[in-house]
Amino acid sequence: MGSKIAELLNKTATKIILAIVLGFIAGALALAVAGYDPGTSYSMMFTSIFSSPQNMIQVLILTMPNILTGLSVAFAFKTGLFNIGGEGQYIVGAIAAVMVGGVLNLPPVINVIVIVLVAFVAAGLYGALAGFLKAKFGIHEVITTIMLNWIALYLNNYLVSLPGIGVKNTEYSFPIKQSAWTNVLNGWKTSPHGQAYLSTHPALSTILLGTDINYGIIIAIVVAIAVSFLLYRTTFGYQIRAVGLNKDAAEAAGIRVKKSIVMTMFIAGGLSGLAGALQMTGTLPHALVTLANQPGYGFNGITVALMANSSPIGCIFTALLLSALQFGGSTIQMNLGAPSEVVNIMIGVIVFFVAVASMFTMISERIKRRRVKIAG
Amino acid sequence: MQSQQAYAVEMQSIYKYFDDFCALNAVNLKVKKGSIHALLGENGAGKTTLMNVLYGLYKADSGRILINGEQVEMKNPNVAIEHKIGMVHQHFKLVENFTVVQNIMLGKEVSKAGFVLDISRARKQVVELSKTYGLTVDPDAKIEDISVGMQQRVEILKALYRGVEILILDEPTAVLTPQEINELVNIMRNLTEGGKTIIIITHKLKEIKKSSEYCTIIRRGKYIDTVDVKNVTEQQLASMMVGREVNLVVAKTKTNPGDVVFRIDNLTVEDSRKIERVKELSLSVRKGEIVGIAGIDGNGQKELVEAITCLTKVKAGRISINGVDLQNTSPHNVIKNGITTIHEDRHKRGLVLDFPVKYNLILENYNRPRFAGHAILHEQAIHKFAQDSISRYDIRPENCASELARALSGGNQQKVIIARELSDNPELLLAFQPTRGLDVGAIEFIHSALIKHRDSGHSILLISFELDEIMNVSDRICVLYDGRIVAEFQQGEVDENGIGLLMAGGERKNGI
Amino acid sequence: MLVSILLAVSITLMYSAPLMFAGLGGVISENAGVVNIGIEGMMTIGAFFGAAVGYFSGNPWLGFLAGGLSGGLLALAHAVASISFRADQTISGVALNFIGPGLALFLSRKLFAGSAMTKPVEHPIPTIFGSYAAKSSNVLIKAANIEMTVPIVFICAFVLWFVLYKTSWGLRIRSVGENPAAADTLGINVYRIKYLAVFVSGVLSGFGGATMTLAVMNYFTQSTISGQGFIALAAVIFGKWKPHGTMAACLLFGFAQALVVLLGGSNSKIQIPSSLLSMLPYVLTLISLVLFVRHSSAPKADGIPYVKGH
Repeated sequence: MGSKIAELLNKTATKIILAIVLGFIAGALALAVAGYDPGTSYSMMFTSIFSSPQNMIQVLILTMPNILTGLSVAFAFKTGLFNIGGEGQYIVGAIAAVMVGGVLNLPPVINVIVIVLVAFVAAGLYGALAGFLKAKFGIHEVITTIMLNWIALYLNNYLVSLPGIGVKNTEYSFPIKQSAWTNVLNGWKTSPHGQAYLSTHPALSTILLGTDINYGIIIAIVVAIAVSFLLYRTTFGYQIRAVGLNKDAAEAAGIRVKKSIVMTMFIAGGLSGLAGALQMTGTLPHALVTLANQPGYGFNGITVALMANSSPIGCIFTALLLSALQFGGSTIQMNLGAPSEVVNIMIGVIVFFVAVASMFTMISERIKRRRVKIAG
Repeated sequence: MQSQQAYAVEMQSIYKYFDDFCALNAVNLKVKKGSIHALLGENGAGKTTLMNVLYGLYKADSGRILINGEQVEMKNPNVAIEHKIGMVHQHFKLVENFTVVQNIMLGKEVSKAGFVLDISRARKQVVELSKTYGLTVDPDAKIEDISVGMQQRVEILKALYRGVEILILDEPTAVLTPQEINELVNIMRNLTEGGKTIIIITHKLKEIKKSSEYCTIIRRGKYIDTVDVKNVTEQQLASMMVGREVNLVVAKTKTNPGDVVFRIDNLTVEDSRKIERVKELSLSVRKGEIVGIAGIDGNGQKELVEAITCLTKVKAGRISINGVDLQNTSPHNVIKNGITTIHEDRHKRGLVLDFPVKYNLILENYNRPRFAGHAILHEQAIHKFAQDSISRYDIRPENCASELARALSGGNQQKVIIARELSDNPELLLAFQPTRGLDVGAIEFIHSALIKHRDSGHSILLISFELDEIMNVSDRICVLYDGRIVAEFQQGEVDENGIGLLMAGGERKNGI
Repeated sequence: MLVSILLAVSITLMYSAPLMFAGLGGVISENAGVVNIGIEGMMTIGAFFGAAVGYFSGNPWLGFLAGGLSGGLLALAHAVASISFRADQTISGVALNFIGPGLALFLSRKLFAGSAMTKPVEHPIPTIFGSYAAKSSNVLIKAANIEMTVPIVFICAFVLWFVLYKTSWGLRIRSVGENPAAADTLGINVYRIKYLAVFVSGVLSGFGGATMTLAVMNYFTQSTISGQGFIALAAVIFGKWKPHGTMAACLLFGFAQALVVLLGGSNSKIQIPSSLLSMLPYVLTLISLVLFVRHSSAPKADGIPYVKGH
């Protein structure tokens, strides 16, 4: 009995599930202390998601950027880097997408591909800058990426404030041209034929016209599979994992460590940038907005990656969980008046307990040792 | 009661577990007051663990400890310090950027008003102590600037400053020259004459004969015997330590080296603090020859290895193999030109501990066509190669290809490294401390692998701090002192004492 | 001219003080070998409690202390994770950067009728000349009328310097950051020292946050603390892990923030877009790290969990 518990406690999956459970317990405590019934709140968070197809789609729309920023953080983790610059890279990706997509007018699919590639490269370079500063000067990437987050935010605001880019008397920039939108049935649903059809099919209409339903989530899942392949099946993946696990040994074996760091941060940045770009092409207002605070997807990526133990495929599911939580959090604010920030506390506690996962290992060892002593 | 009083330390039936592993299994130790008592065992036998239990760094899972006949519960080092026990660890426990005085008084500071440091008073006490016992130190120097020998004296002073009566020395001679060892033996005698008791942990038989009165042998965590040193031979001690007959000399045939393959000309290398560590060093290695570099740790070995492997920049000079210059290129280029390396620290430089064994075996070759095509890894080829290496080098357990390297024992980890480094038949194998921390069986295996590589017509540059290893394995011996090769001998031309003197910076006299 | 220089100095000091408190917090924690990425979160919680307690009690000093205490308590979570459970110190710190703001906003909504912003504090931290400056006609006194938190942070810096380099406690703290195994063998309680250092680090960071809401602004909102914790960490690196160096670096970064105010004013001669000005502190931090951090002089065991007996 004891040994089984000990073994179970030592499994990564168990540790992460326990961390999530503890996060929920902490959230319940916070709610209870603040005078809200945790049971009601949690069940509302859960049921609200399934209360309508729109809500479910809303969660999926939220999931897309979280998968990609999660992949961004997870990928950097594999080289031993902590990319908390997802926020800034997301913004740079969005900026690049809007700057290109607002001007360029190529055939629909090609247009999207070009925009996405440009955004990937722009955000990739932004990420690579942090990688370069780490490789060349040894400056901790956590500090540089945080600084770059704020720089990107103010760059965004500066651009929106410029006459040629911002729309006068609004907080928006010019939008991406419709040919580059990634919404489902984008052209059809606004065509006369489509509108006529939708007016007689209200269920479909609420989904297609009432939400920003777009292809982003599918692209994100495909990217997750691609990242997994890159990491575990290719020489490049081998190389960056070797660097992440022991950079001294990798260096001695002839692997170019500094180049790996910069390359990894390029890809990590690109993945976050992809989130920003697909958000611009997929959701209203398809334009940059003046930001008072960080968009939050980059930080979400940290939680997603940690909960997934940096597994790219795992990121798909943990991003879904996180998005559901955040969506649910907003509903309890609306309906119960309970602060939605309870979700932030839960996320923080989950990350905290993922960090102290060794706690569970230590408990497991203690159980085992007691057994050995009894047996010995 | 009276008879018990004669023992300074008694440890009875000590058990210590690390997870499922039983590190100490009913070990006993009795040390007479005022004696020098050796604790002998192989690497990993549990000597240091036993002493860490005595010093309170580990808590025994069961057993009794008596100090001067009185039972003591060693909860932490403070209890040991209270009972006047001091320990000098193999890896010195010194704060590098503190001065000698700061290090000595740390934890028992001399202060004014209860908390303001009084450095000058502390300094006076240190100077006094060092005079009393003949332990010369520079009280104001920072640890990072003084020699290893002086660092050891600081460690002993730290113990004396705390008024120790029982002093534990963990492998104290590993970093010393034969001459410094003699000096240490004298210091130890001074201390026991002053009534102190000394326990010395070692796996070197000669030193036990030279210094100790009694010797307790432990093997794989078990107590074997306690003997009177005068009544046993080195050979007897060795077989008690290992548990079988040991051949103390490596079997090897004479060699007929060919042309020079590898050469270093006037090499100068600085460390990260811009201090020259290798100074205009020149040497050459011929085909089918093992060249050994003898020297004490800290005389430029690390920088020499890093320069050859291009892990550090060279300030001046040439390094070449078959006429191709290598200095200041890249580690990748060095490997490509046929030089592979066994690094000193296998956990730092040698292995990716959290990679499976099979991935560790291709760390330098993962990009080669036989393991990857179009940037995709060939898992089957990698696995097959791993299986071959595992059986060829007797890496255990046999089915470890997909296990993490971390799970292997030290000896088997080193075999993984050797298998990898020899897999492409390198022109030159650079072996830096290849047997560090291994048990006798693994050492024998690795020495024979080195000699086999030589016999197949390749070259080896062996750098080791173990003089025995250099003497046994090399065909030609260079002595490194202060970044320079100060002497060179063919095997058999010189004895240990002659080399030891040169290693310590002595002049080369006629006749050696 | 003298007045405007004095004014610039005052504003610089005003913006530097929160950074300095947090920077000193970073110094003590890292000298004991614990990297504290969570300073930002500790500042946020300190800023909130400073404003909230200051508002409800009407006493800014009570708010200031509450801010410090809340930061210290949050830091204890980091201590438990990184010292007792040998957690990855970066991840644990990041977790606190989620929990700190999450808790602050959660409580703000609870206490201030669903608002993510506290009500303005009626009595902020007094200034050194107090009401005398208001009555005085001397423009110099008006310009130099800085908040009490500025002298306090300088005193803290001196005390920290003295403790670290002149006392037995400091010797022990630094030994734990450099070589905990050495300290351990000499009977020094490594864990206790690390716990204490991290707690004090949190208290100082909390003071930094409270300074922000009680002396710089007079309320707390979501964006009160936006990267200052990380700028303070950069200052620790820039200041070579020493109190005096860190203070100097914080002054430089505080000056960059002061420039935002000085140049962003409507009566300023040069008109620079406010977004670009706001970027300045972050850009300056990056550039100074690139230019001046050549080789790291971090405590040797900084960021490495200490495991007894290894």
